[in-house]
Amino acid sequence: MNMILSPIPWLLVIPLAGAVLTMLVPYHWRSPASVVGIFTQLMASVVLWYQVTHYGPQFYAMADWQAPLGIALRADGLATLFILMSSLVASACAFYAHAYLSLQKRAHFWPLLWFLWASLNGIWLAADTFNLYVGLELLTFAAVGLVAFASDERSLEASIRYLYAALLGSMAYLLGVALLYGAQGTLSMDSLAETWHWGPTNQVAVTLILGGLLLKTAVFPLHTWLPPAHGGALTPVSALLSALVIKASFYILLRFWIEFQIYQFLPSLSQLLGALGAGAILWGGWMALRQTHLKMVVAYSTVAQIGYMTLMFPLLVAESSEASLLAYQGGILMLLAHAFAKAGMFLAAGNLIFCTGKPDLVSLAGMSRYRPLNIFAFGLAGVSLMGLPPSGGFNAKWLLLQSSFMSGQWWWIVVLLLGNLLSAAYVFRVFAYTYQETDALDTYKRPKLSLELIALGLSVGSILLGFISVWPLEMISLPGPVMEALP
Amino acid sequence: MNWFDWLPLAILMTSFMAATIIFMLPEQRHILRSTVNLGAACIKLILIVFLIQVVLKQQYPEIRLEVLPGLDLILRADSLAILFAGLSSVLWLFTTLYAIGYLENSPNRSRFFGYFSLCVASTMGISLAGNLFTFLIFYELLTLSTYPLVVHRGNAASIKAGRTYLIYTLSGGVVLLLGVASLYALGGDIAFGDIERTAALVGTWPELMTIIFILLIAGLGVKAAIFPFHGWLPTAMVAPAPVSALLHAVAVVKAGAFGIVRVVYDIYGIELSWQQGFLFPIAVLASFTILYGSWRALQQSDIKKRLAYSTVSQVSYILLGISIFGPLGTIGGLVHLLHQGLMKVTLFFCAGNFAETLGIHKIHELDGVGKRLPLTSAAFTVGALGMIGLPPVAGFISKWYLGMGALEANMEWVIFVLIGSSLLNAAYFLPVLKRIWFNPQQGQWPLEVINNNRDAIPLLLIPALVTASLSIAAGLFASSILSPLGWAELITLREYLR
Repeated sequence: MNMILSPIPWLLVIPLAGAVLTMLVPYHWRSPASVVGIFTQLMASVVLWYQVTHYGPQFYAMADWQAPLGIALRADGLATLFILMSSLVASACAFYAHAYLSLQKRAHFWPLLWFLWASLNGIWLAADTFNLYVGLELLTFAAVGLVAFASDERSLEASIRYLYAALLGSMAYLLGVALLYGAQGTLSMDSLAETWHWGPTNQVAVTLILGGLLLKTAVFPLHTWLPPAHGGALTPVSALLSALVIKASFYILLRFWIEFQIYQFLPSLSQLLGALGAGAILWGGWMALRQTHLKMVVAYSTVAQIGYMTLMFPLLVAESSEASLLAYQGGILMLLAHAFAKAGMFLAAGNLIFCTGKPDLVSLAGMSRYRPLNIFAFGLAGVSLMGLPPSGGFNAKWLLLQSSFMSGQWWWIVVLLLGNLLSAAYVFRVFAYTYQETDALDTYKRPKLSLELIALGLSVGSILLGFISVWPLEMISLPGPVMEALP
Repeated sequence: MNWFDWLPLAILMTSFMAATIIFMLPEQRHILRSTVNLGAACIKLILIVFLIQVVLKQQYPEIRLEVLPGLDLILRADSLAILFAGLSSVLWLFTTLYAIGYLENSPNRSRFFGYFSLCVASTMGISLAGNLFTFLIFYELLTLSTYPLVVHRGNAASIKAGRTYLIYTLSGGVVLLLGVASLYALGGDIAFGDIERTAALVGTWPELMTIIFILLIAGLGVKAAIFPFHGWLPTAMVAPAPVSALLHAVAVVKAGAFGIVRVVYDIYGIELSWQQGFLFPIAVLASFTILYGSWRALQQSDIKKRLAYSTVSQVSYILLGISIFGPLGTIGGLVHLLHQGLMKVTLFFCAGNFAETLGIHKIHELDGVGKRLPLTSAAFTVGALGMIGLPPVAGFISKWYLGMGALEANMEWVIFVLIGSSLLNAAYFLPVLKRIWFNPQQGQWPLEVINNNRDAIPLLLIPALVTASLSIAAGLFASSILSPLGWAELITLREYLR
């Protein structure tokens, strides 16, 4: 298909062009230019979705350079779903940022956002391991820049920590990819999967890649860089980081795990990953319960939620194709629900902090009376994160539960249910603060209505996902490399 | 699809839409908000009347939405669903009226009425759920929407009560989720009434199915306040009176009891439950809770606390009825679901009136209140006598059928439980009535809000009088098909003839 008809190149070209353009034009031109860019991104995503659902997976070679040499892109059901997810969430965060940041800040925000968006799309669509690396590196730099954007001492320190962790992760990944290239002479995912053989080189490579990606995804116990970075950043940035950025390395991990059928060969490693996930759920939930600052509660909740996604790895078992399919669906749905719920929750939390002017939980007293809409947005996101029905989070947990039953791994059921209670505890703890009525007459600032509505929209999205789960699940079940490699 | 298949969805939507509109209205638009709220309640009642006519013709409206592959959200109206849906829509109207009067001039009404409607929407969903999955969704939604009502006052006591409430109900929810998910893992999606499927499963995995039964009943038992899971109910008394009325009469405890009815009759089937010996432990637990609740009620000095323990005891009558094998026991249990709702809502309305009009919270403060608030006191008396089981108030009918059912099922010991509980009921209600009517007034009222010797304001008084009259009417006109008893008989007939 040529360049004009396929939306795939546009999904990379527009954000890159947007990044360059918004760096060059005067300040007050940057926002209008970005708005145009956002709409073209949304349109390109919808066109891609239409093409993939009607004509099957799409492949595209940049400038017609074919696979081994050029930049090959592919859009299967999974990639298309992620494109749609990141377009929706990133657009919402972008509009939020537009209303939230001052003109000065906004002007520097746009180039970084566009770089972030380009790298995300690049990762979702990449068909070879080296492009994935390029995407990861670009993503790291954009994300670290955005964290440092809050420009106070704490956020600078957090961003430096984040940078070191992320660079270490990328290095490990690159080393692993280099080893794979040395052993098999190719970088393309498809060719690697075809010629895959379990030699010692591949084992070392997989270990390196896995370690690097776990660090970048902030899987327990490699999560320590995440809470200060996500909790300390400016609100729209926190939302972008928690909802989308950590998903990128997780996505790569998932593709490796399934497409190279690692689950078949290393069942003990699967259990180890599951144990890390369980640790994340319990430790993240416990730490969230002990925070005194609102955004830190939300940030630790991300640590716990990553744990739920990681639980899908031990459930992808070679012996039961049914359990594996359920785990795959449950994991992806969890990821999707988390993207909407967490973005909504961070934005709602940001609005609350804007109102009170203080970041701590105690000053939230009276908020449920003063800002009911905002509390409602926070609550809806909370429902999905707690895994209570009706929400995308509940449906995802249901699928993971069923998969655990099916594969006879009852211990994950215990973890899932305990996690439920723990997350309910930290969400309702925040609620209890907002319902408190104190005598102190405080003055509150009123956030713009658009800020509240964007937060509400994202949270409603995570609830709505509970009613339309069939649709994304059908999408990721379209034929493609992942579906072929599942047992 | 027939036109009436949309009725369940429409009925659910009336409350949801009301909640959405109320949330969006500004705080000071009181009249518009009340209009929306009462309008929705009336529309819902009309829709329920249509639904009753459809169901009487043995047609069961049903609507489905696929939420996960192979798993549907089902809204279905059968005769049992009508029983609960009818109760909650009638009581929604009167509780809303009452709440409008009760919360006059108090802050945060938008939030209150929004969650109030959401809470009723959840009970509608619970009654119209067509499978356990749908039931679970609305059951959890009920927990979420009642929490803001319990902590409504925002003081330290209510926040603490809210925490206790959540710890109990969310843990119960998790246990229920485990039960529902395990049942689904074994046998796929089982719609209510599809008892042959369960029978086959019990044949294959008898132990597992017993464990699942225990999980389901334990999860539901938390909301139904069965001993030892009843601790949250008296604590939640800090909520405003209309909330307590709603929690005790329709929403939360009934949701649990109704769920147990569904599990026993429409998942496992009454015959199978009986054959497997599931019923006897429930009967023992229910009997113990009946006596224990009454005993604790006797020790309370706070009016609302006494009523709360009375609820603990009375809700277990429903469970006792379920656990007595035979049509008469079933009728007794089901009819008590309605009767207890009518009587208990009356009692809570009256308790609210005592508190709002004269500042009375304790039982010893009630001396001579009968002369000061004659109509409220009369309504209270009707409710109290009904709870004791005196004819012609509705409570008598429930106890009569429970007793007959127990004799029929050769469970004579149940008679002693009923007599014991009636004696205890009399012991904790009659002294209160004596204080109200026969003791002279002791000094000043604690906080007299309305002077010049009038009864409570009409918005508080009328709902109490109406529900009191309804509890008498349910007893007097018990032979009509549209009375609670008539409908319970219809359900039982359809259940046992299956």
